[in-house]
Amino acid sequence: MAREQGKRASILPGAAVLAVVTAYVIAILGADKQNTILILFGAGAAVVVLAGLFGLLKPIGRSFAAHETAFNWLAILAMLLIAGVFREEHFVLLLLVTLMLYAVAALGLTIQFGYAGVVNFAGASFFGIGAYTSAVLTVHTALPHLAIIFLGGVTAALAGAILLPPILRTSGHYAAVVTIAFALLFRSFIEVNDVLGGPQGLHLPGMQVFGWSFNDNITVGRWDISFYMSYFLLSLALLIFAFGLVQRLERSWIGLNFDALRLDETAASCFGIGVARWKAVAFLLGNMLIGFAGAVSGMVAGFVAPSNYTFADSLILVSILLLGGIGNAWGAIVATAFVVIVPEKLQTIQEYRFLLYAVMVILVLLFQPEGLLPRPVRRYFQS
Amino acid sequence: MTNVAPAPLLQVEGLTKTFGGVLALDALALSAGSGEVVGLIGPNGSGKTTFFNVTTGIYKPDAGSIVFKGKNLAGASPQTIHRAGISRTFQRSRLSLPLSIFDNIMIGAHTRRFNGLVFNLVCRGAFKHEYERMVEAARALLKVFEPELTDRLFEPVMGLPMIDRRRIEICRALISEPSLLFLDEPSAGMTHEETHALMDNILRVRAVHSSLAIVIVEHQMGVIERITDRCAVLNFGRKIAEGTYREVAGNAEVQEAYLGAEL
Repeated sequence: MAREQGKRASILPGAAVLAVVTAYVIAILGADKQNTILILFGAGAAVVVLAGLFGLLKPIGRSFAAHETAFNWLAILAMLLIAGVFREEHFVLLLLVTLMLYAVAALGLTIQFGYAGVVNFAGASFFGIGAYTSAVLTVHTALPHLAIIFLGGVTAALAGAILLPPILRTSGHYAAVVTIAFALLFRSFIEVNDVLGGPQGLHLPGMQVFGWSFNDNITVGRWDISFYMSYFLLSLALLIFAFGLVQRLERSWIGLNFDALRLDETAASCFGIGVARWKAVAFLLGNMLIGFAGAVSGMVAGFVAPSNYTFADSLILVSILLLGGIGNAWGAIVATAFVVIVPEKLQTIQEYRFLLYAVMVILVLLFQPEGLLPRPVRRYFQS
Repeated sequence: MTNVAPAPLLQVEGLTKTFGGVLALDALALSAGSGEVVGLIGPNGSGKTTFFNVTTGIYKPDAGSIVFKGKNLAGASPQTIHRAGISRTFQRSRLSLPLSIFDNIMIGAHTRRFNGLVFNLVCRGAFKHEYERMVEAARALLKVFEPELTDRLFEPVMGLPMIDRRRIEICRALISEPSLLFLDEPSAGMTHEETHALMDNILRVRAVHSSLAIVIVEHQMGVIERITDRCAVLNFGRKIAEGTYREVAGNAEVQEAYLGAEL
């Protein structure tokens, strides 16, 4: 501990960076001319690369690490600030909601793939299971909508449990193939199932919590606030929950068990670590988070259809982890922001976004194989 | 010498394991008593590591019994065998390189830590209490090997030299307080001086935990001579000699196994 007590990094560099990033995100989200957006993206990339070259990233990282609790609160504040600026903009708020729900799904995948090493190429399918659960339950039952979101996660976890026997009996590429098969089967199943709306999908009504309808615009004093603000707050709460869960998992014996079996299954079992048990726990917990996010996304969109939960979407989730840094919760969130915002703002890139992701993943794997934010060595308690 | 112990801690009889047509272990019998250090020697491919892998449950034996503390563990899972009190190191260091020294040692402490979901995720106060006890336990154990490492508990293992990695591997095996420790070629990949230092460590561990039984596979005869009470020589999966190092070294069949038969 002697070393750790040495000099504590100042909070200032991190705070300054967070302020700049918040302003930058606001500028990007607010810009609507393609040229402005291009220049902003270029400038952002250049600043990051230059900061890296001049060795400025390390001290910033130390500052973040030394004041973790404070920065967690500041990050929430920054998100609220961004939402406040765009309180009237349906499109921007919807984009932020999408970002946060994808981030929750990416965090679910982090538990599975990043910690326990259980590959899951069916992320979008479990997202879809959550969404379809919320669609069916809101239309056909009178259950409270928050309970339905919870059930969306539980259903996704239960559906994942069906996959456990084949996943536990296979390893490596073969386990990956099992999940790919599931992703393809899921889509076919939904498409031919008339009860679930077939290829046309299902419509569902807006969310209501304690009699408060999420699909009404809100007026506070002189302000008119987009109805998406309710979904924004809900998604933010879900993201905070998911982030807290993932971080606590990592900073516990359970996270250590996950790491042990990911890195060396044989050695782990020689020290009594139940490989099947912990793989199952990781897979179920991860799918539950993905299912929560899917259930909320179904309510936000008001519409679920098989074409929203394809194998390609699952691949995007996996590429988010590769980009952000496998096993780093912040990395997953930053990479999700990139993957969601860039194609939405750069209209010209829309059709080519898969190409862009592919190029990004290849570049990251070549030059920064551990991702943009590599996972640090575990510390069990926050500083 | 403890060769008159009434019921040895580990009693292996008729242990047989085949891989395809290869007879890796051929009706092997071996015992180890509490506090005893048994050396396992033999040419490459003679079945020493297979013996460890079968007795720790990585491979299932085809025949034979592994009686440990009066219970037959043949065919049990590695987890069950570890819980019964057998721990090991590996021939090729199998530490988790990106993890810290502390994390690596804690992997070995699985049976001593509480793994419940609620305890780990919600009861953080209780968890912190256990965590602090574990940090102390890891420090105390490391101190026996290399006091300097106790200051580097939260650094990744990746950057450490081979001897420190071996030390951490042995600590990982010892933190569960096993009754029997398998050391699979602890000197592999180390210089002569490093090997000597590591053997000093092992002798010190032995002095502290007087009831710990150790079975060690080793190619350096100096090591075997220095730390074992008794050794068994394997060749083609069979035990061809057993006794003190001096007795075994003088055995004609052993010399033939190592040097080849005279034409």
